[in-house]
Amino acid sequence: MPTYRPGPVSLILAALVALFLLLPLLAVIPVSLTPSRMLAMPSGELSLRHYRALIEDPRWINSILLSIRIGIVSSAFSTVLALCFSLGVWMFQPRFTAALVGFVLLPMVVPPVVSAITLYFLLTSISGFSSFFGYDTWLGVAMAHAVMTVPFATVLILVSLSQLDRRIDLAARGLGATVWERATRIIMPNIKFGIVTAALLSFVLSWEEIGVTLFITSVNAITLPRLMWMGLRDNIDPAIAALSVILIVITVLVLVARSVVVRLRAAQ
Amino acid sequence: MRAHLSDRIGAALLMAPLLLFLVLAYAWPFLGVVKWSFTLPTPGLGQYNALLTDQLVQSVFIRTLRIAAIVTIVSVAAAYAITVVWVRGTPVQRVVAEFCILVPFWISVLTRAFGWVALLSNRGLINTWLQAVGFISEPLALVRNEFGVIVGMTHFLIPFAVFPLASSMRSLDDRVLLAARGLGSSRMRTFWSVFVPMTRSGIIGSALIVFVFSLGFFVTPAILGGGRSVMIAELIYLRIFQSPDWGLGAAISVVLVLFVGALMALLFRYIRPKQLV
Repeated sequence: MPTYRPGPVSLILAALVALFLLLPLLAVIPVSLTPSRMLAMPSGELSLRHYRALIEDPRWINSILLSIRIGIVSSAFSTVLALCFSLGVWMFQPRFTAALVGFVLLPMVVPPVVSAITLYFLLTSISGFSSFFGYDTWLGVAMAHAVMTVPFATVLILVSLSQLDRRIDLAARGLGATVWERATRIIMPNIKFGIVTAALLSFVLSWEEIGVTLFITSVNAITLPRLMWMGLRDNIDPAIAALSVILIVITVLVLVARSVVVRLRAAQ
Repeated sequence: MRAHLSDRIGAALLMAPLLLFLVLAYAWPFLGVVKWSFTLPTPGLGQYNALLTDQLVQSVFIRTLRIAAIVTIVSVAAAYAITVVWVRGTPVQRVVAEFCILVPFWISVLTRAFGWVALLSNRGLINTWLQAVGFISEPLALVRNEFGVIVGMTHFLIPFAVFPLASSMRSLDDRVLLAARGLGSSRMRTFWSVFVPMTRSGIIGSALIVFVFSLGFFVTPAILGGGRSVMIAELIYLRIFQSPDWGLGAAISVVLVLFVGALMALLFRYIRPKQLV
């Protein structure tokens, strides 16, 4: 059966939108190569000084390491909590499931700025008791990020559970498996792709989180996006352009690799 | 070893940690923010009264609604154009469209806002080029104003507008379109009178998502607006950190949540969330 394809007008409009979407990503490339200390187009000569600054300036290195640490801790925490919760929902199908899942998804749908002021309230309250866990500490940021990423992790794990055949769990149960055995030896091996995806997405979301982070850090817990923000607000630092180019290249490589893997799998 | 425990206890044990975490780290502090809105600086409804009378707050609300409306219309229209090709194009067209949608989607909001600064600022790509060619002598003011905010937000939100549109276009029956063509309808007419009406639910869903997102947007307006085009979210930030008036910041947050909640209720009437469990 023939399919209904877009005509020339559609293609031209779509190409314009595609150009609009890619333009700002391409624009950072020439800026990152400027020899000037300020944001400008390079005129004539090109320079890699802003890439070198990323390696040599300890502020960038420190914030990258901090972001990685916060990402790993918050992603592990939110994935474990989301996994337990989703297993409970799937295995026992308790009453009020819809309301409970709705509650867990709240940080995803509430405007980020409201979550930010909420977490600011939380961490400043904690700061009254503890100096290493609260406002402007890396553990406080990791916890706040876990609040923000846990709905996404939960959705991903629930989706992969919804594709699981209940009969294999019923068989295990009929054969006398305990709840623990069913969870760890029957269910989890079958949704491991979903669990890994949830952990990766949580990490990425924490890695680039800025809206909440701005409210809960000031001088100590400077994550990478927070440092970029500082460089963007005042005198724009072209090192941000160099960093942006690196992040864009990584994103493109990951997406291309992913689509190659998907295509190879489909071809098999 | 836990087989003897009843299902209810098992479920409670598994679900409790996350629920407890979110009650303590999210629900409780949110109630704290609500309390701020009624108690700071003095107990009472003073802050809500201020929302109704304060000129600045009102102008920020109106600006936010205006920007959100413009961004919604432009993003949905642009997303529609690229989604048509992503869903219905030839295999090569689909790959290209998918690349153009997903790459920006995965790149952080800061990098994307910075890309627009690099394009639109006085010494950015566009002004440098226009001056070099001789079209203009003074750089155009493309950023640090509402125009820059709208451009940056539209760019951020197009990929989000694509997904509901794509699902409504995928589920559409090709035979209806072919029938319309077979009965002598032109391409244009088939598109406007058959294709578009059949994707209505996708259009409504994507418009509501974009609108709701725009209302609470913080990073892009703060960078591309340069403090001159303040939206609600940035106003909350300023009330908390620059002119400490926590009560007013909290009251604006409460109103924003209520407004977004009402819109979400509307959204769920049109897009049935996939039954997850």
